[in-house]
Parts: sequence; structure tokens; C-alpha cells
Amino acid sequence: MKGLLIDITLCIGCGACVEACKEQNNLPEKVDPVLTANTWATLETHEKPDGEEVYVRRLCMHCEDPACASVCPVAAFKKTETGAVIYDIKRCIGCRYCMVACPFSVPKYQWDKAFPFVQKCILCYDQIKDGEQTACAKACPTEATLFGEREDLLRIAKDRIRKNPDNYVPYIYGEHEVGGTSVMFLSNVPFEELGFRMDLTKKPLPSTTWGVMSLVPNIISLGGLALFGTYWVVNRRIKLAKEKVELEENETEE
Amino acid sequence: MKNIRLPKLSFWRGVLVVILILGLYSTFRRFVFGLGDATNMSDTFPWGIWIGFDVISGVGLGAGGFVITAIVYIFNLERYRPIVKPAILTAFFGYALVIVGLLFDLGQPHRIWHLLIYWNHHSVLFEVGWCVMIYTSVLALEVSGNFFEKMRWAKLVKIQHAAIIPLVILGIILSTMHQSSLGSLFLIFPDKVHPLWYTPLLPLFFYISCIAVGLAMVIFESFLSSRAFKRQLEFDILVRLSRILAFVLAFLFLFKIEDLIRQGAFMNMFEGSYESWLFLAEILLGVLLPSILLFIPKIRNNPTGMFTAVCFAVFGFFFGRLNVTITSMEKVNQATYFPAWTEWMITVFLVAIGFTAFALAVKYLPIFPKEGSKEAVSGISE
Repeated sequence: MKGLLIDITLCIGCGACVEACKEQNNLPEKVDPVLTANTWATLETHEKPDGEEVYVRRLCMHCEDPACASVCPVAAFKKTETGAVIYDIKRCIGCRYCMVACPFSVPKYQWDKAFPFVQKCILCYDQIKDGEQTACAKACPTEATLFGEREDLLRIAKDRIRKNPDNYVPYIYGEHEVGGTSVMFLSNVPFEELGFRMDLTKKPLPSTTWGVMSLVPNIISLGGLALFGTYWVVNRRIKLAKEKVELEENETEE
Repeated sequence: MKNIRLPKLSFWRGVLVVILILGLYSTFRRFVFGLGDATNMSDTFPWGIWIGFDVISGVGLGAGGFVITAIVYIFNLERYRPIVKPAILTAFFGYALVIVGLLFDLGQPHRIWHLLIYWNHHSVLFEVGWCVMIYTSVLALEVSGNFFEKMRWAKLVKIQHAAIIPLVILGIILSTMHQSSLGSLFLIFPDKVHPLWYTPLLPLFFYISCIAVGLAMVIFESFLSSRAFKRQLEFDILVRLSRILAFVLAFLFLFKIEDLIRQGAFMNMFEGSYESWLFLAEILLGVLLPSILLFIPKIRNNPTGMFTAVCFAVFGFFFGRLNVTITSMEKVNQATYFPAWTEWMITVFLVAIGFTAFALAVKYLPIFPKEGSKEAVSGISE
């Protein structure tokens, strides 16, 4: 499983990653300040209390156990063996459940189209499948975006925090969020100040519905049995009651 | 040229024509200029009233069908038989409209059949989609008896009657599954739904509240159709149903309060936020109030009193469903959403079509028993 390690302390805000992403995915040149159907990765500028600027990349987090793939009724999303969560445009019916379910609100919609699709970063799936890096990692001049095996990236991240404890907040964003993500962040500013949600569950989100979904076969079989049983018992009692009345009537006649 | 007789233009027909014209215009906006043009939905608020009202509330309104068939066919409570047909018919039109409503909302409506070939059994929406598809077919078969009777196709009537018990059982199971699953749709984003509404028991609350609104809608529609078609009201049946409704609502209220305490969200009710006020409106005006009203015999036994209480219950249901789909998610998404007029229009358009179709069906099919006839007691089968 591949992934990205984004070290916010190394980012100089040049925007080469965003440009490379646009080019790689044939998206319109205009860069939106937030993620949209035409901007799959973008760069946010935050200001530290001391006035220094901090740049934060926004892109799909590529969850280990993605909510989008779990909720999609036609399985248009898939977590691949490369780590990328990809989207099959041929399957999508446009219900937008993925957009509602994504804990990071990543999938975006083509609202200006009569028959819109969902759009998001696919971690350059076609390239990384062939052993290449993602376009953004390749374009980064300072190695602020690092591409590699998730395990290696985690080791590098822990190393950096250990060696430079003053330079980092001791937290790897994405190591455990919603069960872990393939894209992870290091920062010298507390994550919550950069717009990262720190209150997310550490459990994979699909487990919240699987508890209910796995009951379905039981509901069908036991429910059917119980309903038919009730019907049979109730009707039999009514029938017996009628027969008894008839029997008694016959007896009195005799 | 043939002499065409134009229908008389009454006030309500005029309203209907205006709704149809504006509805068609909104449809044009949706399918030509896109969802962004016709709705106030956005990337920060991807689900609006077409999902919250037309689909999620709409399915609930159809619950009367399975509740009444269960009472009559499974528990064999014969006295409720006269309302079986209208309840099933309402459910059928309700579901048909849900599907039509969905076609407006889906980005790729022409691919709705993809559910049949691309499976994802982990998806709650996949389950809901399949249940709705099969259940609508079951309802069509349950309704078909009326049509066969009208056409005097004795053989088909016989087959339909023979199949009614399996159909009813299938209908109850499918309803139980998808009515509760509409609540499960929201389980996967615990970090997005406001704590007043998020609970792992959301599917159970959706199920109980759909039973309540199913009963309420049956009563509501009996009142309306007795007025519209100048029929006598089956009032004694409705009194009994409204007593069941009072119990279901009371249970719903107590269970919800108990769950809030268990989830540690009880005090959120009094935090004075926008969400807390809307929640209180839902639970007090829409659940507790109608329950209390219907428990008072004097109100329950009075047609106006009962009708008022039932209106509160139906209102409370809509309020609750819209609270879960819209109110509960505004804070986290840092977005406020209020539907565009074209969005309202489509919804009104669909409801108007539903009412019209129901009226036509009642006019031409043997839905309501003829007063004083033997059918009034015997109903559909046996």
C-alpha cells in the first residue's frame, strides 16, 4: 500500500503540486481555493500567530477503509491494492451519498452540469500502478510531499518527530483517523488550527453500518418465519373456534 | 372535428394547472441547466429536500400500507379491513413518487438500473434501493386486484387472492428492512450528525416513527377522502387506530428521551442553539402533543380533535426527518441550506400528481366499499 507523507514544515507554498495535478488529470487551469470538481488538490494559506505563513495541502486522504467505497450503492469507489481510492465513472449514478459520507468532505460534484459526476483525487492511480510516483510528489521541489510505502512513510514521520521534537507537534495526522489514511500529515502548528478535524473517530467508519447490514439475512428468514407463524396460529385458532361452535350446535341438535 | 368537452375549471383545478406549469418549468431548469441551477444544493450541502422530503419522508408516508396489511392479514383483525385498500393504494402512489423524485435528484437518472448489475452489499443505500424496487412491485401486485376486479378478470382475481398472504409477508419484511435502513444511512458519519439526532439506534427510531406516521396518514387520508368523495367516515375504526397511534407516539417519545440520556446528549436539548429549538419543536409538538391529545377520549372521539392531533403527528414526522437530513448536518458543514423555489416546486409538483392519481384511482377503481354493500365488511380476499 502506497501513500503520501506531507510535511507542512517543508512546504514553501510554490503550488507546483497543484499545477502538476491539473496537468496530470487534464483539469481546467483555474485553481479553486477549496476542493471542487475541477480542483482535486489545492493549497491553503494559514497565518501563524507570529505572522509566518503556513501552507496546507488539501486532497483526498485515501482512507484505509473508505466510507465512500462502503456507502456507494453501485460500488463505483474502490480501495485498490496500490492504496489509491479510485472512482469508476461508468458505474456512478450520481446519488452523492459518497459526498455526504466522506469524513473529510472530499468528493465534489459537477453542479453546473445537467448530468453531473463526482470528482476527486485518485492518487494518480494509473501512474503508481506502473511503479511511478504521484504527479504532486514528483513536482514537489522540497520533498514536502513524499511518496512511498505507507509503512515506510510512517517510520520516516516518527523519525522526524523524534529527531526534531521542537520542530513538530507530536502527532501524525492520518495514522489513526477513521482507521488510518494513506495520505498523512506532519506539522509544526497544532492541526486543529489548520482546519484539520481532531474529533474524528479512530475506528473505520464502515463498521458503523456493517453491524446493521449484517442483520439483514436474519431479518428476512426469522421475520418471514415469525410472520407466517403468527398468521397460521391466529387463523387456526379462529378456525378451531368456529368448528367448536358448529360442533356444539350439532350436539345440541342431536 | 370531434366535440371535446373541457372539464369545468374550479379553484383547485386552477391551482393544479399553475402547479403543473411551474413544475414543468422547474423540471426544464433541472434537466437543462443542471442541479446547481435548479437547487441550492452545493458541495458543502449535497443532499437537500429532494432527498430529505421526497425520498426519505415520502417512503415513511407509505408505511401505512404495511402496517394496515399486517394488522388485517397477519393478526386477522377483520374490523380494519375497509381501510386496507386505500392504505395500499396510498403506499403504492407514495413509492412511485419517491422513485420519480429520485430521478430528479440523481446525477445520472438514466442509470438507476445500475443497482441491478453493480452490487455493493456493504452499502445501506444498495439495500434501500433493492427493497424499494421489490416493494413497489409487491404493492403493484397488491393493488392489481382492484384493477382485475374492475375488468372482471375472474381468473386473475383468484390468483391475486391466493397470493395475497405471501405478498403481505414479503411486504412487511421489505418495509421493516428499508424503513429502518433509511435511518442507517446516517450511521456512517457519526462525526457529522448533531448529537441530538445521532444514535446507533437511528434505524430503530426511523422504524417506530414510520409506523406512527403510517397510522397517522391512514387516518388523515380517510378524513380527506371522505370529504372529497362525500363518503361516510369509518369513524369507529379511526378511533381505534388513533388509540394505537397514541401508544406508538408515547413509546417513541419515552424511548427517544431514554436514548438521549444514554448517549449523553440529554442536556443538548437545552443548549439554546438553533438545533436544540428545532429538536424541541419536533419532539414536543410533533410527538408528545399528538400523543397526549389522542390519549384524551374527549378529543379522540371528536372528528375535529382527532384530525388536529393527527396533523400534528404527520407534521412532527416531516419535521423529524428533515431535522435528521438537513438541520443535524448544517453545523459541521458550516453551511446553511434553504431550498430554491424550483426545488420546492418540484416537490409540490410531485405531491400534486400523487393527489390527482389517487383521486382518479378512487373514482375509477373499487377502492372504497360501497356504503351498505356486503363488500363493506368483506374487503379484498376470501
